[in-house]
Amino acid sequence: MTQLIWLVIALPIFGMLFNGILGRRVGYKVVSIVGPTMVFLAFLVGFGAFIETIRRGGVAVTVHLWTWATIGNMFSVPINLLVDPLSILMVLVVTGVGFLIHVYATDYMIHRDELGHVHPDRDFSRFFTFLNLFIASMLILVLGDNYLMMYVGWELVGLCSYLLIGFWYDRPEQAQAPIDLGADHEPIKLTPLLSPAASGMKAFIVNRIGDVGFALGVFLIWQTFGTLQFDKIFPFAKFVSENSPSAIPWITFLLFIGAMGKSAQIPLYVWLPDAMAGPTPVSALIHAATMVTAGVYMIVRSNALYALSPTVSLFIATIGALTALFAATIALVQVDLKRILAYSTVSQLGYMFMAVGVGAYTSGMFHLTTHAFFKALLFLGAGSVMHALHDVIDIRRMGGLRDKMPDTYRTFVIGGLALAGFPLMSGFFSKDEILAKAFEFSPILWGIGIITAGLTAFYTFRAIFLAFHGQPRDQHLYDHAHENHLAITIPLWILAILAMFGGLLGLPSAIIPVPHLFDKWLHSIFMAHGEVEAHASLLKELVLLSTSGIVAIGGIGLAYFFYVVSPTIPQNLARQARPLFNLLANKYYIDELYHEVFVKSGLGFAKNMAQGVDRLIIDAVFVDGLPKLVNSLGQMLSHLQSGYIRHYALATFIGVLVMVSYFFLR
Amino acid sequence: MSFPILSLLIFFPILGGIALLGIGKENVKGIKIMAFIVSIFELLFSLPLWFSFDKTTYQMQFVERHSWISLFNIEYYLGIDGISILFVLLSALITILCVLVSWNSIEKKVKEFFVSLLLLEGAMIGVFCALDFFLFYIFWEAMLIPMFLLIGVWGGPNRIYAATKFFLYTLVGSLLMLVGIITLYIQGGNTFDILALAGQHYPVKLQLMLFWAFFAAFAVKVPMWPVHTWLPDAHTEAPAAGSVVLAGILIKMGAYGFLRFSMPILPEATSAMMMPMLVLSLIGIVYGGIICLAQTDLKRLIAYSSVSHMGFVTLGIFALNTQSVEGGILQMINHGVVTGALFLGIGMVYERTHTRKISDYGGLATNMPVFASFFLLFTLASVGLPGTNGFIGELLILLGSFLTKPWVALIAASGLIIGAWYMLWLYQRIFFNPVNSRWNGIKELDAREIATFLPMVILIFWIGLYPNSMLEYMHVSVAHLLEQVTGNTAGIPSGVEVAVDTAVKATSHLPQVSH
Repeated sequence: MTQLIWLVIALPIFGMLFNGILGRRVGYKVVSIVGPTMVFLAFLVGFGAFIETIRRGGVAVTVHLWTWATIGNMFSVPINLLVDPLSILMVLVVTGVGFLIHVYATDYMIHRDELGHVHPDRDFSRFFTFLNLFIASMLILVLGDNYLMMYVGWELVGLCSYLLIGFWYDRPEQAQAPIDLGADHEPIKLTPLLSPAASGMKAFIVNRIGDVGFALGVFLIWQTFGTLQFDKIFPFAKFVSENSPSAIPWITFLLFIGAMGKSAQIPLYVWLPDAMAGPTPVSALIHAATMVTAGVYMIVRSNALYALSPTVSLFIATIGALTALFAATIALVQVDLKRILAYSTVSQLGYMFMAVGVGAYTSGMFHLTTHAFFKALLFLGAGSVMHALHDVIDIRRMGGLRDKMPDTYRTFVIGGLALAGFPLMSGFFSKDEILAKAFEFSPILWGIGIITAGLTAFYTFRAIFLAFHGQPRDQHLYDHAHENHLAITIPLWILAILAMFGGLLGLPSAIIPVPHLFDKWLHSIFMAHGEVEAHASLLKELVLLSTSGIVAIGGIGLAYFFYVVSPTIPQNLARQARPLFNLLANKYYIDELYHEVFVKSGLGFAKNMAQGVDRLIIDAVFVDGLPKLVNSLGQMLSHLQSGYIRHYALATFIGVLVMVSYFFLR
Repeated sequence: MSFPILSLLIFFPILGGIALLGIGKENVKGIKIMAFIVSIFELLFSLPLWFSFDKTTYQMQFVERHSWISLFNIEYYLGIDGISILFVLLSALITILCVLVSWNSIEKKVKEFFVSLLLLEGAMIGVFCALDFFLFYIFWEAMLIPMFLLIGVWGGPNRIYAATKFFLYTLVGSLLMLVGIITLYIQGGNTFDILALAGQHYPVKLQLMLFWAFFAAFAVKVPMWPVHTWLPDAHTEAPAAGSVVLAGILIKMGAYGFLRFSMPILPEATSAMMMPMLVLSLIGIVYGGIICLAQTDLKRLIAYSSVSHMGFVTLGIFALNTQSVEGGILQMINHGVVTGALFLGIGMVYERTHTRKISDYGGLATNMPVFASFFLLFTLASVGLPGTNGFIGELLILLGSFLTKPWVALIAASGLIIGAWYMLWLYQRIFFNPVNSRWNGIKELDAREIATFLPMVILIFWIGLYPNSMLEYMHVSVAHLLEQVTGNTAGIPSGVEVAVDTAVKATSHLPQVSH
């Protein structure tokens, strides 16, 4: 299977071509079989390679496909696939979660009317075309054995993201109802949501900014090492850092700029919340479980370089911690269920960067994996609600849905518990591991992390209580709500089981005397440099672990008190701290700020340049002006000299001019 | 004496054009079919070049050499090397597409149109094959006339202004080049033989003067900032075929001129002028891109994007290392393919809507999904997405210029962001957003139009996925070219050498790691 690993990319590409070219003709049923099947087959191939990798004891294998470009004997980029524990882990996550989401989408992308008639989305086949393309692109990103292939995948997943966010390209921008603060109080206005087309473009451009950083990093790698192959770079990293100390910090910093874009970190996170304009399976797959974690993968892959640049690593940890806290505060007051989850994703990605920043690479990968399970689950749950409520996603119009949608409710709660870090759920172990490693590094980082954990538990259960508990706030919607079909609920349950038990992959070995499977599995990719082995004492570990647990339960309890026990509290608080509430509800106005500073002024500048410089200075003055000048000079002179002599006169004049200037200038 | 294939390629379309004159002008269909057949055969005739080209030598191939005007030592001297071969082939391909896209859109003076197109093709191929400066100049100027007619006769409302501007701009540049050619003739021992001229050494001061004289001609054609303003007008007013041939081939002539003449003949001047050229290229990239953001006219926007993209080409050429120069040449091909395809697409949509105003469009993806898919692909190739040809070209150029001067690559890379911005925004305004009811019932592409696109689609993926198949042709010629440029100077160490040096040093000190 390892030698056939190219199939994991080829199968989704086949699915893409099939659905792209024939999809409209063969009908939605065939498309909904071909699309998921290809991903499932890819998963099987990946699983086979996984088993073989276990048997090999984690030894990496490179599979050569073809040579992409050669220039001289100096620049040569082979298309190679690298099968090692890290890439195979990513392959399993991407194809496994990807398959479940494909299945889910086969039902999500059709609508049933009151009579039970099925209406597939107008562009049903286009959806699966892009979704398959995404799987292929993501696998190129994780399987490439060099930075150029990683960059290729990096850009391609960005393309898929663009195409899928803007999937419903003809929908206009959407106004949001203002937040009501009760009678006698002016409601809080919310800015309208970008149209899907505009959101897609925003995502692409913001990502491009990061990509340029990434590309420059790749160039610098080439200049420094003379190769882009991982296995030829990492063994020499230490040598290079001793001989030219500035090279590796620059490389790691430039690559991290790419990660800031792709993985939505401050200051490039702004595209991710707007990416929610895409269909929900896309949000689950691309904007929660897989693509946005590419930055974390990249850093873990490049751990040999990052381990040698402590300054950049500290910078990453700081950015991660700040992003985690910042995004969590925004999530506290959002009213759009998907956007709550989106800010939560930004926040959880911040945790992962905090982890890799402090050198806890395995912990980062562990959280990446559990997060893929529970966040995909939460998004699919949100989508299930949306599907039942005819695309309504505003939690202010929900309420009491737990009776109507029991499967969605139960699985959503499981996902919520995992996200909140409720004891013994997967997110509890992975998040705690990050916090413990962060504590070793700096208690300040831990402090930010633990506050964020509390906020996370609160906003997650705020959403759950508002959506599923209490009285229906929109009776009409409630009456028409219904549980979804099996194609939707089965993926929910599978992901729920993973979200519950995923933590078993990495139990804290200081407390429970079983091997940390994740540590063991990824051990070989950390080369000789090794990971910072933090052997916390049992007591410390226990204290940290229980603190996390208490904070999580506390956050959930507070949400219960606020939204179930006495629901008037939130409104009162919002009235009293109106400016703060307003700031949070409007996402600190960062989007507006960026729009003013970059987009508006950029376009204004472009207009001035086009009219001022291009039209006026270059064209009107020089191009059209010179002949006119010559012309009018000629006419002027023609008044002095009669008849045809003007030509000679002009020639003389120019001649004199030339001579004079020559003598002056020489 | 082998078969004179280059002469055939130059004169077959010209003779075909003349033969076209014999057809009665009422027989519009016959004229079109005849023009199509001529252009197809031209491509078939050019294929032997691709297959029997010897990639292991930088020597000129398929050479034809005859004395012509012996009084001035002027020769009929043709030949191609790894730099020019791809452009000959591309010219043959692009002309076919131009014939196809003009099938219905040209309504008046149909015969004269296709005659001009075929004459233009002959002259273009002549430019790429000529190895005698005099002959080159004749072809160079000969291109001007049919192109002037294409814009001036079959163009849009403001065509006279545009055609005149195009003509005068190019003519002024060409005249300076003529002065340069004559100077070279006198200084270089009474010969117009380009290769012989390149083998000699000229005083640096003279080289610099000649460099700027050639620059005048080539920079206008590229067009480099600030002599680019003829291009938007020419593109906007030209008929679709005119725009395609302009973007596809004509503006490549400038960059080709730098490669064929300025660099080998004036190596010291080239090295000395590297910085100014890089700066002008950077200005072109960024400035062209920014101007695109302010455009309201579809064709004008793509025209300015050409300024930006050709900035990448000249950047690659003047960064003077293997990667960047090969990237530059490849990007010339890529730009010809992609921008050519974009203009084909615009021509098709204009035929239906008769408006070039971007704000008149919207939601076309609903009405024309096939067209939208093609145009999306071209848009993505234009912004250099991996898998498409635009990526490899820009990558090599940026990598090469990074090795020469990192800050140059940094500024140039900002062009990628601006490029994505204006292209995707354009795409959004035309194809996305709520459907504009004005275009209900608009026709989807027909088979002829899809056939016109297909060669471009194939090239985009072919070069994108397997660029080596094109790069192979250039390796030896480019290496020779760079040897000519850097070999004759004090030897500026290029970034590559430094990089390799470090890499070698790095590896030699280390124990071998086994995997």
